Amino acid sequence: MDDGTTIAGPVLRLEGITKRFPGVTALSGVELELHEGQVTALIGENGAGKSTLVKILTGIYQPDEGHIEVDGTTTRFPTATAAQEAGVTAIHQETVLFDELTVAENIFLGHAPRGRFGLMDWSRMRADAREILARIGAKLDPMAPLRDLGIASKHLVAIARALSVDARVVVMDEPTASLSQAEIEELYELVERLKAEGKAILFISHKFDEIFRIADRYTVFRDGEMVDAGMMKDVTEDALVTKMVGRSMDAIFPARTSSPGEEILRVSGYSHPTEFADIGFGLRRGEILGFYGLVGAGRSELMQALFGATTPSKGAVKIDGKVAVIRSPAEAIARGIVYVPEDRGKQGAITAMPIFQNVTLPSLTQTSRNGFVQMADEFALARRYTERLDLRAASLDQAVGNLSGGNQQKVVIAKWLATRPKVIILDEPTKGIDVGSKAAVHEFMAELAAEGLSVIMVSSEIPEILGMSDRVIVMRDGRIAAKLDRDGLTPEQLVRAAAGYEETAA
Amino acid sequence: MSIAEGTRPRHVPDRLSSRPARILRSWELLLTVIAILIFLANTQASPYFLDPWNLSDATFNFTEKAMIAFAMALLIIAGEIDLSVAGIIALASTAMGWALQYGAGMPALVLIGLGVGLVCGAFNGLLVTRLGLPSIVVTIGTMSLFRGISYIVLGDQAFNGYPPDFAFFGRGYVFWVISFELVLFAILAVIYGVILHATNFGRQIYAIGNNATAATFSGIRVARVKMILFLLTGLMSGMAAICLTARLGSTRPSIAFAWELEVVTMVVLGGVSILGGAGSILGVVIAALIMGMVTFGLGLLNVPGIVMSIFIGALLIGVIALPRLIRLVRTGKAA
Amino acid sequence: MKQFITSREAILLAALVALILLVETRFSGFAAPGNLASVFNDTSILIMLALGQTLVILTRCIDLSQASNLALTGMVTAMINAAMPGVPVVALISIAVALGLLMGAFNGLLVWKLDIPPIVVTLGTLTIYRGIIFVVSGGAWVNSHEMSAAYKAFPRAEFLALPVLSWIALAVIAGFAILVNRTALGRAFFAVGGNPSAAVYTGIDVGRTRFMAFVIAGGLAGLCGYLWVSRYAVAYTDVASGFELDIVAACVIGGISIAGGLGSVTGAVLGALFLGTIKNALPVAGISPFWQMAISGAAIIVAVAFNRRKDPGRVILKEPAQ
Repeated sequence: MDDGTTIAGPVLRLEGITKRFPGVTALSGVELELHEGQVTALIGENGAGKSTLVKILTGIYQPDEGHIEVDGTTTRFPTATAAQEAGVTAIHQETVLFDELTVAENIFLGHAPRGRFGLMDWSRMRADAREILARIGAKLDPMAPLRDLGIASKHLVAIARALSVDARVVVMDEPTASLSQAEIEELYELVERLKAEGKAILFISHKFDEIFRIADRYTVFRDGEMVDAGMMKDVTEDALVTKMVGRSMDAIFPARTSSPGEEILRVSGYSHPTEFADIGFGLRRGEILGFYGLVGAGRSELMQALFGATTPSKGAVKIDGKVAVIRSPAEAIARGIVYVPEDRGKQGAITAMPIFQNVTLPSLTQTSRNGFVQMADEFALARRYTERLDLRAASLDQAVGNLSGGNQQKVVIAKWLATRPKVIILDEPTKGIDVGSKAAVHEFMAELAAEGLSVIMVSSEIPEILGMSDRVIVMRDGRIAAKLDRDGLTPEQLVRAAAGYEETAA
Repeated sequence: MSIAEGTRPRHVPDRLSSRPARILRSWELLLTVIAILIFLANTQASPYFLDPWNLSDATFNFTEKAMIAFAMALLIIAGEIDLSVAGIIALASTAMGWALQYGAGMPALVLIGLGVGLVCGAFNGLLVTRLGLPSIVVTIGTMSLFRGISYIVLGDQAFNGYPPDFAFFGRGYVFWVISFELVLFAILAVIYGVILHATNFGRQIYAIGNNATAATFSGIRVARVKMILFLLTGLMSGMAAICLTARLGSTRPSIAFAWELEVVTMVVLGGVSILGGAGSILGVVIAALIMGMVTFGLGLLNVPGIVMSIFIGALLIGVIALPRLIRLVRTGKAA
Repeated sequence: MKQFITSREAILLAALVALILLVETRFSGFAAPGNLASVFNDTSILIMLALGQTLVILTRCIDLSQASNLALTGMVTAMINAAMPGVPVVALISIAVALGLLMGAFNGLLVWKLDIPPIVVTLGTLTIYRGIIFVVSGGAWVNSHEMSAAYKAFPRAEFLALPVLSWIALAVIAGFAILVNRTALGRAFFAVGGNPSAAVYTGIDVGRTRFMAFVIAGGLAGLCGYLWVSRYAVAYTDVASGFELDIVAACVIGGISIAGGLGSVTGAVLGALFLGTIKNALPVAGISPFWQMAISGAAIIVAVAFNRRKDPGRVILKEPAQ
């Protein structure tokens, strides 16, 4: 690692950081160094522990083991304020902002300028906010309430907030995820300026082109462990992918020969007032249809509309050639469409309830007599489906919340298979779960398709899309950007279609 | 981790702990112990306590409130609340008294009582499920509205002269010291216990209270379930209005004043989580017995009702605070 | 957009003015400055309690024990005054505030340290605090003739054409305007209620902020305890019984969102004044006072339905689909 360009030691150093949660070790003994005036890219798949690391760096979580050094001195960040005082600031992935407050206050909450008698000085805050917003090229009214802003503008406010403190370390957790191409360019310029000011930057991103463009160093996490670190100039994209995934791509996914049957689902002219428009596609028996796109492209919104979970949309949905009006999940389930949501904790599992009750929830008519529950039937049904998915649990009576992410996902999938659906929609099915469970889920998807179940898979992971889909639909800004066949499909094609580099494509 | 390992599934048992082990850890056991202690204290406190007729009288302290508490328990487990129950009693009782003035007889009075309860429950339910308003605010509003209508109708007057056969609901005995209200209480306890613990509907109530979004995503018609629960709570309030009116023999607009808080206390004391998703009917039954015995025992000691309320309030906070306090002290030492 | 946000208060103000003018048409003189000042004076206590409740509701909690707190502190000051008429009013007020703070702190500690839901805590303390009144007073009343002249005179004393009670309320309103808009703690109430998990990221201690809201609400209830009892010149166990719901009603009408994080001092004051005006208008408009309860109930329902807000969520499409 000693290449001569850095004379001083790292500004911030993490050593042996371990963080455990019930059922899962999020980080185990990881190392990280951030250097003055350099951008370090943190690379890893979903669930590799990146977000946990960010929370430790910003004082939200306390590590169970290991220590943090700032300028060679061991320190602790017991609160968010302590981390900020030590010079660490962060642009978080999820919006940690306040809808009811103004832009200016969102930027300065917790460190607002004080005037006479120690009271908040609103006019100075307004002026300071305007200055910071101008610095990052955001044309926003400091006194506008945040709730009136779009998601990209909110993200700019989050960036402004991070820069409103005089920090030495800036953590950027997927800062370009919801920005337009022009805004991304402005962000790169900003990163260059921060580098020139001597700040140490931790840059978390999934986009390799981005990493190669702005990062000086890299650190790779996999399954909560640090697997490699070094200089960007010494590494290739392929090598980084291999380090991140741990195996070469073709080894991970089950080999499958698909022979899709007749069309089972037909969606045409499907539109929502604010989330998506003009969606049309067909799905055949035994087919796996991948939906790729950037975060916020409208894929989840489309799937939830098909499942009847959001306001009804215009357009036609046909199942087995017959027009189907789906106004609620109950109606979708009755027609054989089920949805495994991305947000397991909020939409998928009822974490406080036992495994068997989660599995039988949509199938209670199967496991009851005249409306009375039959516990033995419930256990039998739950056992049948969880066993197929190789669920690891202490007992079927255990609360789902005590399971690891991968096993929680297995419970959710089992819950839906127990309804014997025709179409299963999987939204980011392997997000945040360990490699072992991931492989089991992929294996199982292939099996289901072979048995004639039609699968729609929403995924933001290119290897997963390429490895599992028969066909791929790419969405951008709520519309279909491209329909692609698996044969000969390259990651570049997907990225271009999703980001809209070529307006003439598709 | 390897895929090959996944082909032979591991055996996962249905349950780990046996039934007795689960009972030993339960809230209901703690409540039962408290109930027994209070019972013993009462026998020591007054020689009149063990008299069957005295005990029978004591049951009137909780039977009417408990009827509502059963339905309220379901509503709170589903993550909603109804603070208008006492207001519904006032309005239902007023409606019965008003009908009485126009010569309404026994069956009509009962139908009016139950009907007004249902209508009030439907009003709350529609505001909550159709307009998506928070039930705590809606029912604070309807609580004033329902009782307020009683005040408009009655002012400082009262309705009297309920027929003798109507009085049976509040003062009648089915067998020896067993009152009609006590029988009704027991039947309702069983019915609600079965609904909550043995039916699909009950399972859906728990699911909604734990995570309404995931419940919706699982195909449960959340709004419909909640609407039914508001209707049930209204119906039970109407039923309580019949019993209470019959027992008192008159209707004043201040009837059952502040009962909503006692009913909620009974439910929470019974181990139902105010945040929704957990609780049992057995717990509510024991909590009802505890509250009835405390009221009655302190009454025998000539302790005024207002002081008893200190005891109930302290019990409510105490039983919830104690386990948390112990945990806090333990983890505090460990750290 | 900015106008839209402020319009919640503007509409309420318009409704209040319309109400006053409506009464004026039936009873000339209601809208006269002198009468409006007396309506304000009558509503002063409700305003102060609603402001305390506002802080608590802003943090996603609720305090149902305010009225019991008020009644207990009121009784204690009355009993001290009856037993020791020499104790100056300032000392009694200090005792009232201190006692109120203590009861508020008890609520707050249970919510903060033991994480018990606020509605359970204050449902419990509602009955406990009121029960204690009976214990300390033995159920006896403290009547007007037992109170010293100074004790009763203080809130009624006129100063620049307004009673001291009104001045206290105005001072509390001003203090709240500064607290809520210009201090870190004031803004923390909004942050904690608006997005508790995000508040942690900005270094705000959610539990401590809630505790402070309960303490302030309790202190105000204590202050109002003395003011209430001295104004009505009587103290008994059931003073202000059920008033906790009027306070919540004032907040709801004032647009304080029960979901937390949304509300204003102006809103709370207007909400309380709206209820106070109805209370004062009914007798002069020749409507039986028995209508009051139903009207405030209906007002709560209308207000909460009116303040209902749909979350627009994030919008993906750049231009709307037709």
